Amino acid sequence: MARLLILGAGIAGQTAALHAKNRLGSEHEVVVVSPNSQWNWIPSNIWVGTGYMKAEQVTFPLAPVYKKTGVTFHQAKAVSIHPEGDETTAQPFVTVEYTSPEQRGTTANVTYDYLINSTGPKLNFGATKGLGPEANSLSVCTYGHADQTAKALQVVIDRMKKGEPQTLLIGTGHGNCTCQGAAFEYLFNVEYELRRQQVRDKARIIWISNEQELGDFGMGGMFIKRGGYVTHSRVFTESLYTERGIEWITQAHVKEVMPGETAYENLDGEEKSVKHDFAMLLPPFSGVGLKAYNKANEDITSELFAPNGFMLVDGDYTKKPYEAWKPEDWPETYQNPKYKNIFAVGIAFAPPHAISKPMISVKGTPIFPTPPRTGMPSGVMARQVTYNITDMMNGKETEPTRKASLAHMGAACIASAGANFLHGTAVSMTVYPIIPDFEKYPDTGRELGSTSGEIGLAGHWIKHLLHYAFIYKAKANPFWRIVPE
Amino acid sequence: MSIRTPFEQTYYPPVPTRLTQFFRTNLIWQFFRFLVLNIKILRMVRKH
Repeated sequence: MARLLILGAGIAGQTAALHAKNRLGSEHEVVVVSPNSQWNWIPSNIWVGTGYMKAEQVTFPLAPVYKKTGVTFHQAKAVSIHPEGDETTAQPFVTVEYTSPEQRGTTANVTYDYLINSTGPKLNFGATKGLGPEANSLSVCTYGHADQTAKALQVVIDRMKKGEPQTLLIGTGHGNCTCQGAAFEYLFNVEYELRRQQVRDKARIIWISNEQELGDFGMGGMFIKRGGYVTHSRVFTESLYTERGIEWITQAHVKEVMPGETAYENLDGEEKSVKHDFAMLLPPFSGVGLKAYNKANEDITSELFAPNGFMLVDGDYTKKPYEAWKPEDWPETYQNPKYKNIFAVGIAFAPPHAISKPMISVKGTPIFPTPPRTGMPSGVMARQVTYNITDMMNGKETEPTRKASLAHMGAACIASAGANFLHGTAVSMTVYPIIPDFEKYPDTGRELGSTSGEIGLAGHWIKHLLHYAFIYKAKANPFWRIVPE
Repeated sequence: MSIRTPFEQTYYPPVPTRLTQFFRTNLIWQFFRFLVLNIKILRMVRKH
């Protein structure tokens, strides 16, 4: 019996665990290590952040699902990887520290034959002074943060109901943030909520972001066919901001969040600030801080992880200028080049470079989004990697055969712009491929027939449908495999 | 919608007409778009 160890139980980790158990049966063991007791459908956290949903509606306990499916679960955080074992054993293992109330603080070594790193990111609030729910801004990255943000939003709304004008600042809290899409969704759900509560006229809403222009979303934006033109998503997005009366600040690196004021630097090197009564600013991401040691207990973290803490896989990490970037730079099997039984998926793998063109301010500050790799692509790469590993564990293959490069993968993204079954809207986007290929599609980098965007109520219905479908799937309810990644 | 002041950021972007806005939440049209969007998403899923 061999053991597959999965670090993390987010979208990628849960996808991997369910597919692995389904394909391995009782012949091999599947073990999940996650510091969280709850599974969280993160895309719906933006609805918790406006009060449209409660935290209980976007979460469920993990332990009963794993008990039902026969997956071993350790509620613990991974601390270090020992891919060669140590002086006492040649068996690779991961040192974990338990987070459950009964075992909190105790450590253990969990051995593995194959390892999937799907830890997700560390929310690096520390990168910007004053950023985060424990300091001067709010977040919707976790259901707990979102719950806190909903309460703060209601305080601001109550003030507006008393006739007090309020300024709301929403966006990204650092020059290297990703997940502009989540902040975008939160922005428009707040705007909708203010209209619903009839206080929109009292609110000034400002978007702040590290994107070069609106509609970049960390993937250089996209071109779509619209009204007889091929149009960049910037036009589409600026239109929506104008229609909803939202101001925008782009090319911004937030340097400090103070009570009621946020200071930022822009690409021109100008130091500016904006005053606000409410600030929801997403943090940049980094790796979770896993260390790695060889058999002699020497630190080999730099052999397994990039400096930002994300795991090195089969991508081309050679430093090269934007003009030299190629789709082939992107990983295909997510296998670590040195330790062939280690894989990383979702946010945990190190992207070879950004997707949006890197921009540096005149003062030398990098201000550009890092690549998004959540949601649909995260689930697809987790499934393909799991299929490869289970084939190897079952003796069908000796090396990974399936590929899941973002350069050959499309994505569908439904960005909520107001939650209501009859009057809500969402922006529905499809993009193919995720990584632009200017050799194959010289004009736009992507296939125009498969890249689209539109706003309407239908998008809201789909977003709602996906909410229930993915939670159903993650609970491993009957026929869960019908729901695609 | 913002007041369009010359040379400010909201002066230039296209804004939807009332008809476009109407169709965004028109139940019949949106039911049709719901079907179309689902087909588009399924086509994307099949590419993997």
